[in-house]
Amino acid sequence: MADKIFRVNMSDLSTKVEAVPEGWMGLGGRGLTSTIVAAEVIPTCHPLGKNNKLIIAPGLLSGTSAANSGRLSCGAKSPLTGTIKEANAGGTSAQMLAKLGVKALIIEGKPTNESKWYSLQVNAEGVTIKEETEVIGRGNFAVVETLNKRLGEKFGVITIGPAGEMKMLGANISIKDPDNHMRSCGRGGLGAVMGSKKIKYIAVEPNDQKVAIADPEAFKVASRTFAKALIDNPISKALGQYGTNVLVNIINESGGLPTRNFTSGQFEGHEAISGETMYDTIVARGGKPKHNCHPGCVINCSQVYADAKGGYKTSGFEYESIWALGADCCVDNLDHIAEADNIMDDLGIDSIETAVAFGVAMEAGVLKFGDGAEVCRMLREEVAKGTPLGRIIGNGAGSVGRAYGVTRVPVVKNQAIPAYDPRAIKGIGITYATSTQGADHTMGYTIATNILGVGGKVDPLSKEGQVELSRNLQIATAAIDSTGMCLFIAFAALDDATCLPALIDLLNARFGIHLVANDVTNLGMTILKTERAFNLAAGFTNKDDRLPEFFSEEPIAPHNVVWDISNETIDSFWNF
Amino acid sequence: MQLTVKLFAYFRDNRFKQKQANYPEGTTVEDIIRSLGIKPDEVGVTMINSRHCELHQVPAEGDQLAIFPMIGGG
Repeated sequence: MADKIFRVNMSDLSTKVEAVPEGWMGLGGRGLTSTIVAAEVIPTCHPLGKNNKLIIAPGLLSGTSAANSGRLSCGAKSPLTGTIKEANAGGTSAQMLAKLGVKALIIEGKPTNESKWYSLQVNAEGVTIKEETEVIGRGNFAVVETLNKRLGEKFGVITIGPAGEMKMLGANISIKDPDNHMRSCGRGGLGAVMGSKKIKYIAVEPNDQKVAIADPEAFKVASRTFAKALIDNPISKALGQYGTNVLVNIINESGGLPTRNFTSGQFEGHEAISGETMYDTIVARGGKPKHNCHPGCVINCSQVYADAKGGYKTSGFEYESIWALGADCCVDNLDHIAEADNIMDDLGIDSIETAVAFGVAMEAGVLKFGDGAEVCRMLREEVAKGTPLGRIIGNGAGSVGRAYGVTRVPVVKNQAIPAYDPRAIKGIGITYATSTQGADHTMGYTIATNILGVGGKVDPLSKEGQVELSRNLQIATAAIDSTGMCLFIAFAALDDATCLPALIDLLNARFGIHLVANDVTNLGMTILKTERAFNLAAGFTNKDDRLPEFFSEEPIAPHNVVWDISNETIDSFWNF
Repeated sequence: MQLTVKLFAYFRDNRFKQKQANYPEGTTVEDIIRSLGIKPDEVGVTMINSRHCELHQVPAEGDQLAIFPMIGGG
């Protein structure tokens, strides 16, 4: 069965199923969402208006038996950054949509009557739009619980929480995972775009269809090699044990752990919030150190963090969220951080953007650094209820900075800078500055080479080699983000010679094509240039590819370094 | 010379988090790793005083040496 484009128009509540245009055939995931946004969205449109479109696409290998292929991409013009945006997450929906033959779901327009909410239900025939009342105003966990009862537990669910309904710029799109918890297409406020279209959730019908594989035998062989490369990689082992939070101690040791709203590079309480402490706590309390966010993952970096009585506290407890509430807000108590993380999962709000916003609010004196209980209260009482203060925080770090006159506001293109200080880890500063989507470590994860010794070594404090490093990683990432693969395959791909060829073999066997490594690089370059062209047409210039002023003026301990890479050097990123 | 040695992730199992210890002058990072029963090829990253270092480097009196297995995240 050929893949199709499923199109939903929320202005007239119509739906249709279309053939895939030839130019989109070889695309999936981010490559497809960005291509469609660039082709169909007016770059200068209001991101929450009828002219923006929300695109949802599984990756090229999603729905197959290939390991780690279950990422789902959401794309639109971001209301947070004003740039093009793609955010991807695990969960069960990517595989299910791919099996239904959904190449992409395009949601356009918006209802003229804003008093009603709707749901979408997707099956092989197309999309059904229904008015929804029962779960409106409810948190993500209640949405999933209600839909499990109404539709059955096997349905995939893509939903927004109260943050998305209120069109907060930090709102994410959440995807049900195999254990009925949430995985988040976190960054850039895509939940607000879904809310602006008055869609509370998208339900995906379970099905037994199989995606077509052009050469099943070759696929099986490549699949085995690929999975082995992931499983054998020592980094996968550490990820399975400690999760991504294994990074707290090494980033702290390197002096690049932004602390107390980016005023120091080391956090005194690092050990209390570290991956090692988290692992010991989970084991002692009877939680699950290992957990997969989507079926077919062999790395299992997720976990279930238990409370003191052994009950569920949160899951998918990531380094960046723990860093932001921990070091950046100086909360040295994992239980408070876990509680806040779980509330944010329920509200459907980005745990990086929101936690960095709290750091700025602490600097402004709205609450005290280190007050984890107050963070939780404000999430429940202010953000969840949409009070004026709650909306200021829910609209992100830049919003808090503007509301309270703070000058130390760690954002690029209005998106919060995550867990690695660009003064002490300069490669990631190039990624923050030049990314087509605002500050985002996952766009070109130079930490691998700057700090972790993966894919070679580039001194994090040197000005040399950082642009090339970031460029190569941003190109590779754009390609990987198109396959439906989790980005953590990159650790194996960078250092195990069997991994990337096996991935290319998988693509070739799936579609009966003959890609070579250069084609994959070219795909990555094309995606970046497509995204960049959209941003330029939306009014961005190279002057937007800059870090906030304070990074150049305030040295950070322990290395006492500032951001010192010239604007000309930053701009040379685009010389390809 | 007295050094502070810090271990991370599963290198802590049956060893320690942090310890002050005396080593003969000229001891290399690799010597210290081997003395802890860690195979050098299991080591991902080493840092002296928060700067990356090589296995053949010789720490100086009072240095802090951090030893990590191969780890990643993001």
